[in-house]
Amino acid sequence: MTSDITTPFYQYILDGGNGLTPKEDVLYGVRQDALARFRTLGLPDLKTEAWRYTNIQRVLKEQPFVLQQQALPVTAAQLAPAFIPELSCYRAVLVNGHLQPELSELPAAKDITITKLSEATQQKGFKTFFDKHPHLADQPFAALNTALFADGLFIELKANAVLDKPLHIIHVYTLTQHAFLQPRHLWIAHPHASATVIESTLGLHNDAVAFVNSVNEVVLEENAELWHYNIQNAVQNSRHINQTAARQETYSRYHHYNFALPQATMIRNNTSVALTGSYTETDLHGLYLANGNQHVDNHTFVDHLVPHCNSNELYKGVLLDTANSVFTGRIHVHQDAQKTNAFQQNNNLLLSEKATINSQPQLEIYADDVKCSHGFTVGQFSDESLFYLRTRGIGAEAAKHLLVNAFAFDITDQVHIPALQHYLTEEIRTVISN
Amino acid sequence: MLTIKNLHAEVDGKEILKGIDLEIRKGEVHAIMGPNGSGKSSLASVLAGRENYTVTQGEVNFDGKDLLELSPEDRAREGMFLAFQYPVEIPGVSNINFLKTALNEIRAYKGLPAMEAKEFLKLTKEKQQLVEFNANLMNRSLNEGFSGGEKKRNEILQLAMLDPKLGILDETDSGLDIDALRIVAGGVNKLRGPEKSFLVITHYQRLLDYIVPDFVHVLYNGRIVKTGTKELALELEEKGYDWLKEAEVHV
Ligand SMILES: Nc1ncnc2c1ncn2[C@@H]1O[C@H](COP(=O)(O)OP(=O)(O)OP(=O)(O)O)[C@@H](O)[C@H]1O
Ligand SMILES: [Mg+2]
Repeated sequence: MTSDITTPFYQYILDGGNGLTPKEDVLYGVRQDALARFRTLGLPDLKTEAWRYTNIQRVLKEQPFVLQQQALPVTAAQLAPAFIPELSCYRAVLVNGHLQPELSELPAAKDITITKLSEATQQKGFKTFFDKHPHLADQPFAALNTALFADGLFIELKANAVLDKPLHIIHVYTLTQHAFLQPRHLWIAHPHASATVIESTLGLHNDAVAFVNSVNEVVLEENAELWHYNIQNAVQNSRHINQTAARQETYSRYHHYNFALPQATMIRNNTSVALTGSYTETDLHGLYLANGNQHVDNHTFVDHLVPHCNSNELYKGVLLDTANSVFTGRIHVHQDAQKTNAFQQNNNLLLSEKATINSQPQLEIYADDVKCSHGFTVGQFSDESLFYLRTRGIGAEAAKHLLVNAFAFDITDQVHIPALQHYLTEEIRTVISN
Repeated sequence: MLTIKNLHAEVDGKEILKGIDLEIRKGEVHAIMGPNGSGKSSLASVLAGRENYTVTQGEVNFDGKDLLELSPEDRAREGMFLAFQYPVEIPGVSNINFLKTALNEIRAYKGLPAMEAKEFLKLTKEKQQLVEFNANLMNRSLNEGFSGGEKKRNEILQLAMLDPKLGILDETDSGLDIDALRIVAGGVNKLRGPEKSFLVITHYQRLLDYIVPDFVHVLYNGRIVKTGTKELALELEEKGYDWLKEAEVHV
């Protein structure tokens, strides 16, 4: 904590954080504890194992910044580019982390509760699950978020509820000055409930820098099923630390898809799942497509605590220009977690000699009757394939696009909503042809 | 259609083509034979625009255009097609999507709109039948896991779909059993016409029983050392290539 950049940042946060929450706030104690935790954990630097390849200090340099930013007005026309064409869906729009009901189209309340998190603090679900995910405890940025968050989404799917259309959450950022934002979400799917939730982002500011440190706790109770698509796109001048911490009870099924696309400067995802009930299914799938000077870091953690769980992880990366990527895949199979199936694969396609990739599996296996595997590849376009396509009249650009789509196919093919699949394919096309 | 004059080309600093002259007129079928390593595939590669070959001398005119100036895709769009000796496998790109993209890129170059889905399906079906191509392969990834014979048939299917002015077949007959050979050759013969030319590279005279050439050339050590009619192929089958070494010395 001696660097020129972080010392004032750190101090600023501690000072600012201290003053943000009034004593009479119901969360005052929780926030003070979190701030103390942050103080103990400290701000990571390159010597911190989990941050070795992501220089977080370098991206904290814009100062001064504000620690809270209310929503600024957003018009329907400004919002429209974030819509997914042909997708029939519900919509929840957040501006700088604050839910905007007048821009949203929320489902009827009989199956599902969607409110501001700040209004949910008296709910049973909030009291049971808020800030309880075991993987958040040692994360400095999660502690910071708990201490400082202004608002976010509270979603509660009632038992047996089946959401008839996907819910599209649009995170809009619009700033007039540099801001360090802390959106905080809690989603709970009660027993036998199921839903599809799509998150995407939209930036409306130009010069101001958005540093978004978001935390999302996701709870799947018995036999619940959730398809969770997280599309990180279209916010220039932004840096994101995004922690999605899920927990799964018996027979639940969690399908997580992450698409990290341009234009954020930096994306760090901590995606983790604690398997606390048996016979669960977990898919962690990611596609990162990075260009320019982008830095994309995916840290995943699948924690097999109990027997008979299946986890399947596939991350694929396409790197252009001078983009950087990091993949760390941690799988922990506890001694009791017999009959675990845990698979992990990370494949990369480097489209530029100046792009780099760091990939490391971290397998910690303490049970003996398990099936686990992991693999890692880096490839380039085969010149031979490119030539073959070109001799058929397919231009170099279109040929590259075909080959990138072919590479990404394992991921995009699993997107179970055709309109979303089409949207993502088009997003990929746009990136490749620029 | 195609005029090659004094073509020299090298790869990795090694001269492979050492002065090739060849004239293919509209409607003609030319065969090129020659021992392994003589430069047959290299000639095909240079014509198709493979980037690791450097042309050091000579010129190639294709239907009025300076071929060597064109990118590989523009050569294809101008009507040149190379059926590869070793077609590549491209996982994740479906055969049908690939064909559609290729066809529409060529159409766009000619100022034509993309083909209607219905019309495309009809065309595909028709050409599939022409080369008796297994319809199940259409939705599979391009050449992935195809047998040798299926890959070769797929090359001819593409040729039929893209309808080029000049088709170059690099050992399309190798690896085909006699039935497949008859089908592939039959397909090519149906595509022949007064406006279309073929350059057929082969080791085997038997192909030329089916695709009867107007001329047969022998490529030897980067040069065409002998040109004749289809009888030359028979002679080569009988005598091999050794007697031509003498000929080369005298060229
Ligand atoms: N990339 C390369 N680097 C060096 N030499 C090469 C390269 N590619 C081809 N050659 C050489 O060029 C020569 C001609 O090869 P080519 O493939 O054109 O022969 P071919 O007549 O088609 O033979 P075959 O009948 O076996 O198909 C060979 O000696 C080959 O080794
Ligand atoms: Mg050859």
